[in-house]
Amino acid sequence: MFPTILFFVFAAVLLCAALGVILARNPVHAVLLLVLCFFTSAVIWLLLDAEFLAIVLVLVYVGAVMVLFLFVVMMLDVNIEEMRKGLAGYWPLALAVAGFVVFAILNVIVVKHLGGLTITAAAPSPVGYSNTRVLGTALFTRYAYPAQLAAVILLVASVAAIVLTLRQRTGGKLQNIARQVAVRAKDRVRIVKMASEKRP
Amino acid sequence: MSFSAANFNAGLAYARPEIFLGIAACAILLLDLLLTDAQRHWIGVLAVLSLLITALLAAGQPVSGRIIALGGMFELDRMAQVLKVVSLLIVALVFIYSTDYLRRRAILKGEYYVLGLFATLGILVLISAANLITVYLGLELMSLCLYAMVAFDRESGKAAESAIKFFVLGSMASGTLLYGMSILYGVTGSLQLSEIAAALHNGLAANVGILFGIAFIIVGVGFKFGAVPFHMWIPDVYEGSPTCVTLFIGSAPKIGAFALAMRLLPEGLGFSQPDWSQMLVVLAVLSLAIGNVVAIAQSNLKRMLAYSTISHVGFILLGILSGTAQGYQAAMFYTITYVIVATGSFGMILLLSRQGFEADMLTDFKGLNVRSPWFAGLMAIHMFSLTGLPPFVGFWAKLGVLQAVLSVNDTWLAVVAVLFSVVGAFFYLRVVKLMYFDEPTDVAVIGGSVLMRTMLSTNALVVFALGMVPSALLVLCQRALP
Repeated sequence: MFPTILFFVFAAVLLCAALGVILARNPVHAVLLLVLCFFTSAVIWLLLDAEFLAIVLVLVYVGAVMVLFLFVVMMLDVNIEEMRKGLAGYWPLALAVAGFVVFAILNVIVVKHLGGLTITAAAPSPVGYSNTRVLGTALFTRYAYPAQLAAVILLVASVAAIVLTLRQRTGGKLQNIARQVAVRAKDRVRIVKMASEKRP
Repeated sequence: MSFSAANFNAGLAYARPEIFLGIAACAILLLDLLLTDAQRHWIGVLAVLSLLITALLAAGQPVSGRIIALGGMFELDRMAQVLKVVSLLIVALVFIYSTDYLRRRAILKGEYYVLGLFATLGILVLISAANLITVYLGLELMSLCLYAMVAFDRESGKAAESAIKFFVLGSMASGTLLYGMSILYGVTGSLQLSEIAAALHNGLAANVGILFGIAFIIVGVGFKFGAVPFHMWIPDVYEGSPTCVTLFIGSAPKIGAFALAMRLLPEGLGFSQPDWSQMLVVLAVLSLAIGNVVAIAQSNLKRMLAYSTISHVGFILLGILSGTAQGYQAAMFYTITYVIVATGSFGMILLLSRQGFEADMLTDFKGLNVRSPWFAGLMAIHMFSLTGLPPFVGFWAKLGVLQAVLSVNDTWLAVVAVLFSVVGAFFYLRVVKLMYFDEPTDVAVIGGSVLMRTMLSTNALVVFALGMVPSALLVLCQRALP
């Protein structure tokens, strides 16, 4: 009973926060609400015995990705009002499309009951079940090939990011420490022998 | 499905081409750091060599029937083998054409080749995917590399603009595809394509949830192909990216898109064929209509070829939607021949371009016959083939698709396809008219290295030879998709 109550409480918070993400006028608020979304979904995953995923979601998404998001949003200083000016004119079309999609989804789920598909509750996990162990075993056995591919995708992402942003400016005044250290007096000072001249 | 380490290790042998290509790409990425700008062209040579070795590895695999390996994630059949070898050879050709262009624009960087190799790896993974996870990972690996390649020339604002368009629309399409896949998983309870097919066979095919998932999957597939109404990115990206990247995007990824469609639709969702066929009919007819009609209004050759791609995608979809082995074979033949012809046509633009001048306007081809009768002839072969004039290879490809469509009694589709092909003939033949009957406006000597000229000539002669003797490739496609 208690887990069910927890589920509904956190699911409600999750839905409200998700709505807030897209409705918030201030992008910083939107990012913070997204953090709340991640927290509540992590709790729901905990209720499903997926403790490893829940912790990773908080650590990686909240701890790293969303912090970066916040930095970017704060640094870019986007004028939201300016951007939304042209957008408001599209609301009839947006409403029509959204209405159609909602209608289609409701039609499938409510009217046709997913074509008579019954949803059975997952069997309770056995005592001593470790989500981390199961995930690890799956990742390094059956899903070893996709895991490697995901690694390649991450490599490509970093290569692409560097290609697109690394800029070697020409003509910039940069220090070259190695050359500064290696410099010798004769490189800088030129001693010129001149014949002495008489005072006129 | 149980997992055994011994089976997994034995299965690694089937993935030898992918493993080699992945390692080669990483090695080239590292080597690039050690080379000076003057030695940079060696990266291109190494990239082409590793592609050729991979192609040899792929071609040398004995394949009989369908082999599932690597924990059910990987699949090797005849279709996979043929498509892999063709895409590897095409990418090698693309790299040879690109080197001159990159060097003349002083944007010859190792990353172009590295990203290209990783994109090719993505295509190979996609071709051999037996599970929705590998389908998606292969597709993303390919797409991510392509986004970066479009924005590769950082001095060009236009390239950055088209990269952003490509990236935003592409991510949306990937998201839609993923949504469709998650619905399929929700209804069938499996990510394995064979298990999805089995679940559909056992009575789930009529499930409205499946239909719902298919709709989203069709959106994703349509986008990756560039079929109308998901074609908006194609003209802008083709025009905005550096021509060598346009050449890349216009060639091998089309084979990837074909593999994506074949794995998801006939293999995974074969029992829902009537449902997805209806959706593909809309996409195919719209692509044929808009592709051919709008291409007439283009004065930019890259844009014109972009719309021409859209119209050819319409033909490929016609083959797939017929839902018969004959249709799939015809679509495969069409894809392969189209990719070869497209590579040659974009290669011609690369040949005529030089420092500070992109030969991408139709008028740049005026009087090419006076400047170089040989290359004008080669370009004419490509244009005739794209038109579908007999005896060029485009004719056999179109004929095969039309036969497949007629054999399932979709006569009106065949009529529409022929009508719009006739419309399309106008803008292909206009290029020929410009080359042979107009005075040249540009009198510069045609550049290009000896290697590039040789490969361009070979490319066009292969197109010509395939038109004269199409049977070899036809038999290959028939054996690949029995």
